[in-house]
Amino acid sequence: MYRIAVMGPYDSIFGFSALGLDIFPVSRPEEAAQTLGQLAQGNYAVVYCTEDTAASIADEIARYKTQTKPAVILIPGVSGNTGQGIRDVHACVEQAVGSDILQDKD
Amino acid sequence: MASTQVNPTRMELTKQKKKLATATRGHKLLKDKRDELMRQFLDMVRENLALRKKVEAGIASANANFVIAKAGMPRQVLNVAFMAPKQEVSIEASTRNVMSVDIPVYTVKTRTSDSNDIYSYGFADTSSDLDGAVKSLADILPDMLLLAEREKACQLMASEIEKTRRRVNALEHVLIPEAQANIKYITMKLDENERSSQVRLMKVKDQMLEEKHHYKEKMAQRAEQ
Repeated sequence: MYRIAVMGPYDSIFGFSALGLDIFPVSRPEEAAQTLGQLAQGNYAVVYCTEDTAASIADEIARYKTQTKPAVILIPGVSGNTGQGIRDVHACVEQAVGSDILQDKD
Repeated sequence: MASTQVNPTRMELTKQKKKLATATRGHKLLKDKRDELMRQFLDMVRENLALRKKVEAGIASANANFVIAKAGMPRQVLNVAFMAPKQEVSIEASTRNVMSVDIPVYTVKTRTSDSNDIYSYGFADTSSDLDGAVKSLADILPDMLLLAEREKACQLMASEIEKTRRRVNALEHVLIPEAQANIKYITMKLDENERSSQVRLMKVKDQMLEEKHHYKEKMAQRAEQ
């Protein structure tokens, strides 16, 4: 049995606690990196991370891309959508195909 | 000409031929694997993109609702409201094998089956906007979990496709031409050796016949007469 974690600034994520997800408020990049490391070792299969927090720990997140667990998924924070999540999907297509063939359809 | 030095022997030739056969077979299999992975990946990534857009829009509207809700009540009340959640979500993570890539499959389990358990607070002190905000977030949760599943699958498949593509290219452009060049080189070298030994034998035979029958002397005598 795995749990689901949500990390990011408290204001962006506090609503998820009502749904039964575990929230981990972080404000500084070092804190975020440390929390992500702990979550990855812990019993968490999915970690939702706000885009602004993820931007500061991109290297840490990239490390978990090829591992089955945990799935680090970017979500927009309360300050707005930076488009990083969509860009990551396009980067994924580029990695697999060699060029981003889905770009024109947007 | 082969880039690496190989011994022009029959044993080496057999070895290179075996290598070529294996490489050709591996190339065909890996190419099939790449094509099938690519087909599944493209379906998956399109779904991923659509889900992501839906989830991002859902979360953005939920966030807007939360901002409104937060504006209407003191922070302490809000903190207390979310202090002890009633609902608990856990997931059963299994894997599905798609062309040797283990992609995750999540089965969601909630502690209680009552959908109203997302409201972990008394309605007396909180604003009704908060209920709407929590509800909008709860509505998007199934899609979020599906997104997690798809996005992870896409990431894993993308790295596997990249690896497979590199292998296919290495086989196609390096290993197979090299083996073919080696085989050609060895065959030519062996043929050349065979010809030279044939010529040597013919020469030796001529010399031996000459020694025995003295053809040249006889020819010379006949010419004098």
